[in-house]
Amino acid sequence: MSLAIETHELSKRYRRVSALTECTVAVPEGRISALVGPNGAGKTTLLRLLAGLAGPTGGTASVLGGAPRQDPAFLAEIGFLAQEIPLYRRFTAEDHIRIGAHMNPRWDAALVRTRLTELRIPLDQRVGTLSGGQRAQVALALTLAKRPRLLLLDEPVAALDPLARRNFLTTLTAAMADADGDLTVVLSSHLVTDLERVCDHIVLLAGSRVQLCGDIDTLLAEHKFLVGPRKDTAPIERTHQVVHTVTTARQSTLLIRLNGPVTDPSYQAEDVSLEELVLAYMGADEAAAGKHLTTVGEGS
Amino acid sequence: MIGFRVDGRSGVPPYLQIVRQVRQALRMGVLDVGDQLPTVREVVAAVAVNPNTVLKAYRDLEREGLVEARAGHGTFVRALPPGPPPGTHSRLGRSLARWVRDAREAGLDDESMESLLRVTLRSADAADSESEEIA
Repeated sequence: MSLAIETHELSKRYRRVSALTECTVAVPEGRISALVGPNGAGKTTLLRLLAGLAGPTGGTASVLGGAPRQDPAFLAEIGFLAQEIPLYRRFTAEDHIRIGAHMNPRWDAALVRTRLTELRIPLDQRVGTLSGGQRAQVALALTLAKRPRLLLLDEPVAALDPLARRNFLTTLTAAMADADGDLTVVLSSHLVTDLERVCDHIVLLAGSRVQLCGDIDTLLAEHKFLVGPRKDTAPIERTHQVVHTVTTARQSTLLIRLNGPVTDPSYQAEDVSLEELVLAYMGADEAAAGKHLTTVGEGS
Repeated sequence: MIGFRVDGRSGVPPYLQIVRQVRQALRMGVLDVGDQLPTVREVVAAVAVNPNTVLKAYRDLEREGLVEARAGHGTFVRALPPGPPPGTHSRLGRSLARWVRDAREAGLDDESMESLLRVTLRSADAADSESEEIA
């Protein structure tokens, strides 16, 4: 299985501020990877580095087998959709389709027209007069018309209502099915329930560092909640990695990454949902924040 | 043809939700041997899940021997899940109804009964897996 994205200690500093610190991730081809983390954790920075829109100050990145760069051959295979959906508001969807045809060698105009017609989005109306959901669909359809092999989406659904969000994700998953394994997506979002439906891989950033990276089902199987009486957790910590602890006067709830079976019968092991896992790892960073106070995320 | 529902909040992984819904449809007689499951494209266009999730669910069902993939045609039901002979459900349902009456008389409300059932299932599961490990 080959990797669409592979970074090694990728870093980006702005003056004294570290936006991304020693980020090492691997995203296999044909996956939809969720990029999650608090605001300012470095998500946008990572996406911009992967798209070749910014250069790293340290480390390396390999995207579709090459280093990200401002080069037509590299960019032809990559679709990047920025947070502030970049469309010309006074132009129609049809205008955008024609502009795209001039700029992209593998442009599939018929694909955009079919998709937008299916969604009953008028091609001849100024984009500025469409709803937010329709504009997002136009932008996604245009991005897909490039026939990219990697799609980088920076919080594309954040501003959309639930129905528009669902339609957006359906267009995305249908494009995945059509590409038959030759499309990889990185999707940054705060909406974990959406991500749980659509993504099968996750990269979690907090405090500019990677906290978690891997296949979602595998990670969920590797983590358990242990609920039991309040007592010394050192024996558990000797075997397993304790990610997060909540202690009340009588009870301890530990989120652990398993390293073998749990042998202590006084704990009850329970399954972990993706949302719980995400929140615990975000919180784990807060607890460790004292260790690297100099690390401050970029504002976004 | 059946449709799937995927609940992002249920805590059950989406692929497992699809596996369970197919098994359920087979048990209820909604799907029969020879019937075709929706294609991956049809599922993802309808419910917005990752195509890999659907593939994983279908692969699981194939490993169980319930469905088979025919290259270029789709995925078809091959066998019904092994289950108790007909009549078992209604017989067990009647004895469960008697148990529920007893429990009500003893003062248990629905919530207490549900948690008792869950605890009993869990301890039975634990006993089963222990005996499996020994075997």
